[in-house]
Amino acid sequence: MSVVIETPRSRKRPGFNLEKYGWMYMRLSGVLLVILIFGHLFANLMVGEGIHAINFAFVAGKWASPFWQVWDVTMLVLALIHGTNGMRTLVNDYAEVEWIRRTLVWLLWIVCATLIVIGILALTTFTPCGDASSISLLGKDGANVAALCPVK
Amino acid sequence: MATATTEAPVEIGVIPSFDVTIRVRRFNPEVSEESTWQDFHVTMFGTDRVLDALHKIKWEHDGSLTFRRSCAHGVCGSDAMRINGRNRLACKTLIKDLNINEPITVEPIKGLEVEKDLVVDMNPFYQAYRDIKPFLIANDKPEKERLQSAEQRARFDDTTKCILCAACTTSCPVFWTDGQYFGPAAIVNAHRFIFDSRDEGAEVRLDILNDKEGVWRCRTTFNCTEACPRGIQVTRAVAEVKQAILRGRA
Repeated sequence: MSVVIETPRSRKRPGFNLEKYGWMYMRLSGVLLVILIFGHLFANLMVGEGIHAINFAFVAGKWASPFWQVWDVTMLVLALIHGTNGMRTLVNDYAEVEWIRRTLVWLLWIVCATLIVIGILALTTFTPCGDASSISLLGKDGANVAALCPVK
Repeated sequence: MATATTEAPVEIGVIPSFDVTIRVRRFNPEVSEESTWQDFHVTMFGTDRVLDALHKIKWEHDGSLTFRRSCAHGVCGSDAMRINGRNRLACKTLIKDLNINEPITVEPIKGLEVEKDLVVDMNPFYQAYRDIKPFLIANDKPEKERLQSAEQRARFDDTTKCILCAACTTSCPVFWTDGQYFGPAAIVNAHRFIFDSRDEGAEVRLDILNDKEGVWRCRTTFNCTEACPRGIQVTRAVAEVKQAILRGRA
C-alpha cells in the first residue's frame, strides 16, 4: 500500500495576520509599559515625601496636570490590552471546547473595553472640587482638597 | 614491602553493576482503556543506557513490552520517550546518570496518541513536517553544483542536526493542548531551508508559518531546547523564523 500524502496546509492570505500584530503589540507595549509603570512608581513613591505624600489631594494634583492625564491614560489603555491579549492566549491554549473558548475571548474583550471606557472617563472628567458636603466626606484629606479648590 | 589497604582491590576492567527499578507506563488498548504503571527490577551495568534496560525487560521479563528503536545510537530518532519526566532518547541516556535509588519512570512522549506502551502515533507530527515543505525549492535546472560559502552554510548549520525524534514538539506545553500547532520540530526544519542560500522557497514557508497555529503560538518556554537530544537551539531557531516573518524575508 502506498502512503498517501495529504494536501499540505497551504499559505494563507500573505501579509495580514492578527496573531503577528498581536505578538508585535505585546513586545512594543511591554517596553513602553516598563517605562510608564516605573515612571509612575517613581513619581508616586520616591519623589519628595514618597509614599507618605499619597492622599486624595496628591492624586487630584496629579490629575490636574495634562502630562499625568496623558501618562495615565496611555498606561491604562496599553496595560489593559496587554493583559487581555495575554489572557486571550491562555484561553486559546487551554479552552478545548470551541464555543467556550469563543465566549471567554468575547467576555475578555468586553471587560477590557468597559474598563478602558470607565478609566478614561474617570481620568478625563475628574473634578476634585465638588460641593462642600462631598469634600467633608474626605475626612482629614478634605482640608487639603479645600486648599486646592477655588473659594466659591 | 608491606602495603596497608583499607579497600578491597578493584579488578581492572570490571564494570560496576547495580539493581534498579524501571517503572514503565503500560497501555494495551486490547486489554484496557486505562494505562498503568508497571515496575521491573533489573540488574544493570554502569555502561548501560535506558534502552538496554528496556531490552532486558522485553527479552527476559515481559516480551509484550512495546517500544520503538532502530539504530540505538542516537541518530535515527526512534526512541524518544519521557524518562523521569523529561523527554530524552532512551539510547543516549545512561542509567548511572539518573537517580538509581528511586524508580526510573519511562513514559511515552506527550501530546501524541498512544498506540501501545511507549509507541505513539507520529502521523500528526510528520504532517506538520510535510506542511512546511521540507525539500529544496529552486527554480533553475540542476545542471551544475549550487555553490555556497562556508558562512552561508553556517547560517543554518544548527538546524540541519534534527533527527525528527519529536522530543522537542512533545515537550511543548502549547502542543500538548493544541495539536494543530506546527510545533518546534517543523519550525526547526523550516528554518533549515528558509536560511539556506540555495533555496528559493523562504517566502512560501514564512507565509505558511505566519499562521494562527504557526510561530506566534510559541511562548518561548525553552522546553524544546532543553529536550533536544542533538543540542539544537530550538527556541532560538523559532525566534529567528519570527524575525524573518517580521522582516518579510529570510
